[in-house]
Formats: sequence, C-alpha cells, structure tokens
Amino acid sequence: MIRVVLPAHLRTLARINGELELAVEGAATARSVVDALEACYPTLRGTIRDNVTQKRRPYIRFFACEKDLSHDSPDSPLPEAVAAGSEPFLIVGAIAGG
Amino acid sequence: MSAVRVLVGTRKGAFILTSDGKREKWDIAGPHFAGWEIYHVKGSPADPDRLYASQTSSWFGQVVQRSNDGGKTWEPVGNKFEYDGVPGTHQWYDGTARPWEFKRVWHFEPSLNDPDTVYAGVEDAALFRTTDGGQNWQELSGLREHKTGSSWQPGAGGMCLNTILLDPKNTERMFVAISAAGAFRSDDSGKTWRPINQGLRSEYIPDPTAEVGHCVHRIAMHPSRPDVLFMQKHWDVMRSDNGGDKWQEVSGNLPTDFGFPIDVHAHEPATIYVVPIKSDSEHFVPEAKLRVYRSRTGGNEWEAMTKGLPQSDCYVNVLRDAMAVDSLDSCGIYFGTTGGQVYASSDAGDSWKPIVRDLPAVLSVEVQTLA
Repeated sequence: MIRVVLPAHLRTLARINGELELAVEGAATARSVVDALEACYPTLRGTIRDNVTQKRRPYIRFFACEKDLSHDSPDSPLPEAVAAGSEPFLIVGAIAGG
Repeated sequence: MSAVRVLVGTRKGAFILTSDGKREKWDIAGPHFAGWEIYHVKGSPADPDRLYASQTSSWFGQVVQRSNDGGKTWEPVGNKFEYDGVPGTHQWYDGTARPWEFKRVWHFEPSLNDPDTVYAGVEDAALFRTTDGGQNWQELSGLREHKTGSSWQPGAGGMCLNTILLDPKNTERMFVAISAAGAFRSDDSGKTWRPINQGLRSEYIPDPTAEVGHCVHRIAMHPSRPDVLFMQKHWDVMRSDNGGDKWQEVSGNLPTDFGFPIDVHAHEPATIYVVPIKSDSEHFVPEAKLRVYRSRTGGNEWEAMTKGLPQSDCYVNVLRDAMAVDSLDSCGIYFGTTGGQVYASSDAGDSWKPIVRDLPAVLSVEVQTLA
C-alpha cells in the first residue's frame, strides 16, 4: 500500500481525514499514484493534474523522503521507501502568502 | 410568505443569506468551500433549490458544486472543460499568439426552464453548456471560432466571458459579453455568433470603433423588453434598443462612467442602476463616497442613492457580478463590495443598509425571490 498525504483543501473536498493508503497497480510512480487516487476519489480529478493535459498543476508539488520529485518524469519510480509504504508520498500546495 | 435568498461568492468562500419578505433580519450561513475563490453562485429559475457554484483556486483549479436543497448541502459535479477541437490561439498582452487555455468559470447562467441545463462563461473566453446537471460540459464553439477570435485579447483581469443573457421571449437568442472582445449575440441557440459592438467607442484600442476589442464589463436586460440592453463598458454606460445592433452612450451626468455592474429594476424596465468607480487604475469609488446611481429613464439622467451608504473615507470596488435585484413588490437591490459588505435596499435604492459586513472580498451576488 502507498501512503499519501493530501493538502487540507483536497482532504476537505474528498471528505478524507488524515493520511490515505492506496493500492497501486504496477510500479509506484507519481502517475500511477495519482491515477489510483483519482479512481478512488473522482472529485479530485482536475485538482492535482489538469483535467485535459494531465500535467501537474503549477502550484502542486510532490515530495517524498525529503526530496522534491515534482520535476521528475511522472513515470519515474518513486523511492523504495514510498513503494514499501514506510514513507508517505506528499502532495503539497506550494507556499504562497499575501 | 415570500422569502429572499442572497447567494454571495467571495475570495474565500460562499455565503448564503436568507430573510423573509420584510428583508429586515438576515440569517447568514457559511462559509461554504472555505478558502476557495467562489466566482459565482446562481440558482435555477426552474427549481430555486438547485444551485450551481464555481469554486476555483490557483492551486487546485476548477471545481463545480451543485446543491439540490437551496445550499444546505453540496456535491461536486463535473469539472472538465475541454475546448472543442484544436483550440487555436488568441492574442496575449504582448501581441503574441497564445493557445486557448481553460482557467476558471466566471459565470453560470441556468436555463430558464430546465434545472439540468446550465451555461458557463469561462476564462479563456468560451461558452460551455451542460444538459445533465453539471456532470458533463460541452463547448458551444461557434463563439470562440468566430473569425475574430484569434484577435481577442485579455483585459487586466483575464480574458473572461463574464455575462450570459437568455432571451425569455426567443429561446434561440442569447447574448454574451467578453473582456476584452465585446458583446456577441446568437440567434440559433448558440451555434453561431456575431459581434454586436456598433456604437461602442473605446479609446484604449487602436481603432476605437473596431468590430471587436471592447472591454464589456456587464450587460443587462429586463425580461419584458429583451431587445433593450444596458451595458457597463470599461468606460461608458451604453444602451441598445435593438438587441445590440446599435448602441448609444447614456452616461449622462454620472460623476464617472467607469464601473463594473449594471442591473435593471424588477418591475420598471427603464430603471437601471450602476456604481461609478473612479477610474480603471483607481478601482474605488470617487470622492471616497459609495453611491449607487439610478436612472428612471433608461440612462442619461442619473440620481445618486446615498442614504445608508458610507459617504466618507470609503475605498471599495463593486465587481461586475456583484449586483442583483429581487422581484418582491417593492424591488430589492443588492450589491457586494471588495471590502466584504453586502448592502441591500428594500425600496428600490432609496435607502440602504449592510446585511452582512466584514466578509472576504465579494466577487458575486445573486438573489432568489422565493414563494
């Protein structure tokens, strides 16, 4: 199981409390994790990736194991610790003030 | 007994205000969708408990919310707005060609007779329609594919389709307004469109009387006279008596003719309201006085409505979708400010009071008159 942490606004939208656990088919990649997330929670479609282009939204970041994976290929394998479920995959809203 | 429901969209959530027909005491519910920008909330004329809300975020994109119980509970519906075919390009601020890219829904206009049919005006400017209560959205691409489309360009607020008017007497006729392309009319249910900007004059474009390029902030009509249109342009208040074929300026004695909203009295088709704003770079009211101007003659002759509104040290703006009217016997007028107040008049503008204060900046106000 892959552990996923969502930003607060998306937890509210999907009516989720706390961390998620997702079963992901095949290799654990950013794409396969978000695919599984959207399949379980259709209301999240379009909020992490653009609905049409499927590109990560500019103000969304993917972190894991203290690294920013946002600019990696969406098909790159996630760290083993994420695939093994010992570390979460963090979907983060970029910091912005004002 | 009749009642009124006011639907308020703000920078940080939606609020729903309700009152009985006296409009003296108001219950305030919200924020719904706290933390998100709510560009617009509007109810179906065919089923007042069916509401649609445009919930948007720079982080998380577009969500469309639907309520079947007058806003007590909500459910997200479809949020995929895919332009029809290969979208092509429009002009960017620097004159370069830029591909059309969906950003957000500015305005929902539910059908007059079917609660599942809704039109959506979006940025980058296009018109979408759902016929299944918001689950799926299809573009009416004849508008964007008009031969002038590649020359449209955004105003400072983005290239938004901000107004949709449905003709109650001619189901095939509809009007839209786009900043900064102008006003357009369809006479075949949205399949094809033509610009209706003759008579507009905009000094901020190279040809001030061009067919397109005008920054139309809002158009309004009274349902009993759908051929008479009123427009608040970037500068200038305009009127057309022939469905937009030709416009004439009716700014008259306004202290400034810059502004955003314009609306029509529910029972007096020639009585209209605007909120003059100082200028396009000073988006606040002139002389630090918040004044609604009313014309009982369809423009040209205006009177300032000030009773109950701040007349000193006021620096708010009133955005284009932030004014609405109810249809009670004594027509109620409502508007929201960027300072977070929603003001209401239950006597057609003669006097005002805030029905809520200190909300986040108000983006939109709609009113439902309930039996």
